[in-house]
Amino acid sequence: MSSDWEVVIGLEIHVQLSTRSKIFSGSSTAFGAAPNTQASAVDLGLPGVLPAVNEAVFPKAVAFGLAIGATIGQRSCFDRKNYFYPDLPKGYQITQMDEPIVLGGSVDISLRDGSSKTIRVTRAHLEEDAGKSLHEDFHGMTGIDLNRAGTPLLEIVSEPDMRSAEEAVAYARTIHQLVTYLSVSDGNMAEGSLRCDANVSLRKQGEQEYGTRTETKNVNSFRFLEQAIRHEISRQKEILESGGRVAQETRLYDPVRDETRPMRSKETATDYRYFPEPDLLPVIIDEAFINRVREAMPELPTEKKQRYTEKWQLPEADAALISSDLGLATYFEACVASCDDPILSANWVRGELLGSLNRDDLAIEDSPLSAEALGQTILRIKDGTISGKIAKTVFTALWEGKAASADEYIEAEGLVQVSDTGELEPIIDKIIADNPKQVEQYRNGKTKLLGFFVGQVMKETGGKANPQQVNELVRGKLG
Amino acid sequence: MTNEIAVTEEVVSNVAELAQLRVAEEDLEILTAGMNNILELANQMQSIDTSGVTPVSNPLDATQRLRTDEVTETDQHELYQSIAPETEGGLYLVPRVVE
Repeated sequence: MSSDWEVVIGLEIHVQLSTRSKIFSGSSTAFGAAPNTQASAVDLGLPGVLPAVNEAVFPKAVAFGLAIGATIGQRSCFDRKNYFYPDLPKGYQITQMDEPIVLGGSVDISLRDGSSKTIRVTRAHLEEDAGKSLHEDFHGMTGIDLNRAGTPLLEIVSEPDMRSAEEAVAYARTIHQLVTYLSVSDGNMAEGSLRCDANVSLRKQGEQEYGTRTETKNVNSFRFLEQAIRHEISRQKEILESGGRVAQETRLYDPVRDETRPMRSKETATDYRYFPEPDLLPVIIDEAFINRVREAMPELPTEKKQRYTEKWQLPEADAALISSDLGLATYFEACVASCDDPILSANWVRGELLGSLNRDDLAIEDSPLSAEALGQTILRIKDGTISGKIAKTVFTALWEGKAASADEYIEAEGLVQVSDTGELEPIIDKIIADNPKQVEQYRNGKTKLLGFFVGQVMKETGGKANPQQVNELVRGKLG
Repeated sequence: MTNEIAVTEEVVSNVAELAQLRVAEEDLEILTAGMNNILELANQMQSIDTSGVTPVSNPLDATQRLRTDEVTETDQHELYQSIAPETEGGLYLVPRVVE
């Protein structure tokens, strides 16, 4: 019985910190350079070199720690993690073992059924990335690109608090949102800026002890994370239900075959013989430094959401959606600033704007319509110049670059709303005269037909009539 | 606390393998004895009460100086690769790993 098993998941998330240079050398961290053109003597581990610590990594790690309510390690020390692999030229990775920069803390995740859950973070520590091995055939050899070696990472380790693939993905998304909000990382997953290792184990419901876990390494998309965990759960379930035992091992997820498979034992040698990094002194992070970071921190997604619902009376769902992405929230707030109407702005951002972005596969930063231009369009709805329906035409025109501003397009196309009674009355009279049957039905109490008459007027005026005014006029004439 | 776990020849072989060191069979005995001697010395130091003393991670009473986040290195891969046994398309080539 599958429901007898409880799934236990913990995640290790490697976040690439958005710095110009590497953590221990002055090499560039820019993505996509030709192989080894950004690997200096320090990154190559040539004899006699010493690491020089990049100061930019500390405020980023501290900001993350403060955002999750963690304790900041005021004495931050580095250690060596020793293992041999060709893309690790020094033979050790500089990381933090005993005295990491971030200890404890937690994040709240929202689930599809509307519930939320708190996931505890064990720690987050600074470390350097390794290089990249290319296993395509170079006459039976492996190619090594060390551009990535020494790239600064923050490894965020969670407690085993997640109970399903859905929770794990929600947690990873929340971390992604936080680090991009805080500009700790660019969060570009396609470029490897956020990679997950998933520790998965199963135990009988109600059991206190954890089962044997496997670690699935280097998953670089939320979709693959969900698939990898689901796959690993069913694989372990099968083993356990047939009376077998899960082997503690490191596995790799293969998205093409949708399966995980073990890495060779040599790569999983877990005895890393950590010891303090003799080339680096402790970094002291004092209270004043922490306070400076705290003061410079932007508003967090949860704080934004709360402001949207409380101060601007946005519906919960709109507030959650807009605050979930910093780019979208920034756009929305600029739109509100220019039209002073949060509710209408939210409707347009959530509806037309997001719809158009999705249709054209564009990021919010690449929207052809600026927040100010959208705000101006909304202003014209508010002051009665155009109807909401015409506004959609204006939106499309601005989106397609047919005009520079809403006012210009409204003017050029003669879209100004008709609110002139003298102009509307003859049209209404004609429609009443043309539809005697509907008039009779209306007068006999079928008042729902008001919509029919209003619709006819709108059609006749090409959507330019002021709907509220038409409503009143029609009602008066039929009354 | 005199009966501490002694290092066995198996442990020495394992550590040697992790460190990628080739240790000849006939050297194992003397290496094992040597390591146990070192551990005995460490045990002797363990007997000192260090509760409440912050571990020293560096003998200097100083803290790390930091570098500003600037790119100061230039591309010198041709120079670095001039001493590499084999390269191709800018990549260092090494004996094949995995599969």
